[in-house]
Amino acid sequence: MLSINDLRASIEGKEILKGINLEVKPGEVHAIMGPNGSGKSTLASVLAGREEYEVTGGSVVFEGKDLLELAPEERAAEGIFLAFQYPVEIPGVTTINFLKTAVNEIRKYKGESPLDAAQFLKMVREKAKLVSMNDSLLKRALNEGFSGGEKKRNEIFQMAVLEPKLAILDETDSGLDIDALRIVAEGVNSLRSPERATIVVTHYQRLLDYIVPDFVHVLYKGRIVKSGPKELALELEEKGYDWIKAEVEAVG
Amino acid sequence: MSTETIDLKTRLITDFHAREAVMNGEASSEFHQKKRAGLARFEQLGFPTIKHEEWKYSNVRDLISVSYDFNAESSIGLAELEDLKVPAQQANILYFVNGRYNAELSTIISPVEKITISSLADAYKNDPARVASYFNELTKDADDAFTALNTAFTQDGVFVHIPDNQSVEHPIILRFVSDAREKNVGSQPRNIISVGKNSHVKIAEAFRTLGEQRSFTNAVTEINVAQEANVQYYKVQNESENAYHIGTTQVRMADRSHFYAGTVTLNGKFTRNNLNIVLDGEHCDAHMYGLYFPDGSQHVDNHTVADHQKPNSESNELYKGILRDKSKGVFNGKIFVRPDAQKTNAFQSCKNIVLSPDASMNTKPQLEIFADDVKCSHGTTTGQIDEEALFYMRSRGISQPEAMSLLMFAFCADVVSQIKIDSVREYLENVITQKLASK
Ligand SMILES: Nc1ncnc2c1ncn2[C@@H]1O[C@H](COP(=O)(O)OP(=O)(O)OP(=O)(O)O)[C@@H](O)[C@H]1O
Ligand SMILES: [Mg+2]
Repeated sequence: MLSINDLRASIEGKEILKGINLEVKPGEVHAIMGPNGSGKSTLASVLAGREEYEVTGGSVVFEGKDLLELAPEERAAEGIFLAFQYPVEIPGVTTINFLKTAVNEIRKYKGESPLDAAQFLKMVREKAKLVSMNDSLLKRALNEGFSGGEKKRNEIFQMAVLEPKLAILDETDSGLDIDALRIVAEGVNSLRSPERATIVVTHYQRLLDYIVPDFVHVLYKGRIVKSGPKELALELEEKGYDWIKAEVEAVG
Repeated sequence: MSTETIDLKTRLITDFHAREAVMNGEASSEFHQKKRAGLARFEQLGFPTIKHEEWKYSNVRDLISVSYDFNAESSIGLAELEDLKVPAQQANILYFVNGRYNAELSTIISPVEKITISSLADAYKNDPARVASYFNELTKDADDAFTALNTAFTQDGVFVHIPDNQSVEHPIILRFVSDAREKNVGSQPRNIISVGKNSHVKIAEAFRTLGEQRSFTNAVTEINVAQEANVQYYKVQNESENAYHIGTTQVRMADRSHFYAGTVTLNGKFTRNNLNIVLDGEHCDAHMYGLYFPDGSQHVDNHTVADHQKPNSESNELYKGILRDKSKGVFNGKIFVRPDAQKTNAFQSCKNIVLSPDASMNTKPQLEIFADDVKCSHGTTTGQIDEEALFYMRSRGISQPEAMSLLMFAFCADVVSQIKIDSVREYLENVITQKLASK
């Protein structure tokens, strides 16, 4: 589904991603962990198409298409979804209006006719229920004045509405209370299917208790320096990153 | 190579005297004396140059470099107006074509036995003394050549007189159409609006142009707001690429009155709006909202004044603009707090999005505060579209142009939502949506 090959990216002349390799197959859940500043959000942003980052080498193929050739909106329409680490506040645009535009733009891209207001509302209500998203939030300006947890929940709600093939969750668990964490995880799990895949960026094992990954990768200084089964996350939780850093430095 | 220089000032003055010569007895009327004083004022001030502090960023050289027919006849009928139409709910609709009232096109539905809504020319015919007594009362101290010029050449416009304790149910919509299909046309509408104690009214002025020749509109509106009255006043300019518009709205507010102004400039080559509000009462509140969208080489200049003369009043101002291409915007907002005006609250904000490196916005808040117990704040921002927001929207599948127009529409929303005449607001929403989608 997703093939990342020796991906390099820099910002303001500084190389952040220094040759990432990652293979994601349909149905899989990959967790990406790693110390602060190692490049996790950068990787997520590059996959979503943020233009500030300059891709200086490598390739990304998604469902047979060269992802790097596509505009962010085309990537979204092809089925990529990024839940932002820091969701953006957009005054004056209601969540519901925003989502309606998004849904219909994606339908247009796929050559489908737009949903009418009734169909859309019905769908949105169901999805809102799925992530216990309060109706009143939908009518408010997108993320404006939302609490940290509400913003994160709104990301998962949008994901539920857009039903992406590949969801990338960038620290969606941070700032969530235990109940919200469970709800968010349930939202993610309810979308799990043999055709869909998820990349979960997190610092904490506790999210992975709910969303059990097939693989865990450690990103450090712009490279994936270690990959392993779900138990690797437990090991990291217990031992921290020093032993990995030491391994990397030893290799040079 | 010879260049023909047309001195518009001399031409206008000559015109005035020629008209005066054939006036007979009317020349001695109070009304005409006021016009004559206006001419003298204009003669003395002359057209402003950019050396004039108030005209530093707005050059009228181009505007006054040609001549205009100020008496152009127009055969305009409903058919031609159809596509200029602002859809209206039940409303009083008065048409002015090239500055003159067109009764055939107009509909007045409010009860005329209670309130006066008529053309200024008709009102003058019926009751010269009454009209003369209101005429140029609020603007008499104006230090502005265009206002003086309008006064000198006042012929028509609207005259609205609302007695005390009337709630005017239907809005009053004034449609000014410049018929510039055949030649350069000029018009100088004069609107006199007097709202009695505890009366309520909504008024909109809409300016349109027909044809490709130049139009020059020099409009003056005087609004007197009596105690406890509530006036909503909107000005919508959607004129041609060759339309020059100078307008002054002069307002006086009495105790406990409320005044709301919305000024929206959708299109026009050169626009200068002066909105001057004198808060001549206690516990009154004035609200000024503005929106402008110049593109190409258009120029939009808004000058506003909130003049607090008495204690305990509030003024509140929000102007917003989106500038494209090589357009220029000017905002100058003055707040005066006179020595007596303790406990004044005055807020002013001007926010702009500049979408092209060749477009520019010049903002100047000007606070002159002579009282000590006041709350005043002002702020201006000029920026680009929020890239973070744009990426967020695109990452959800919304195309760049669609995301841009959503963001810009959102930017305008807090001004548009202030327009309380439904048909006018809906019209604005439509035109703005189209405008934002077109680029
Ligand atoms: N716009 C930018 N300008 C300059 N440097 C940047 C920019 N964005 C990211 N970086 C740098 O790139 C590096 C990687 O940042 P990134 O946000 O990808 O880390 P991260 O792994 O997501 O960290 P965290 O766990 O704290 O979220 C950091 O050193 C960061 O300072
Ligand atoms: Mg991060």
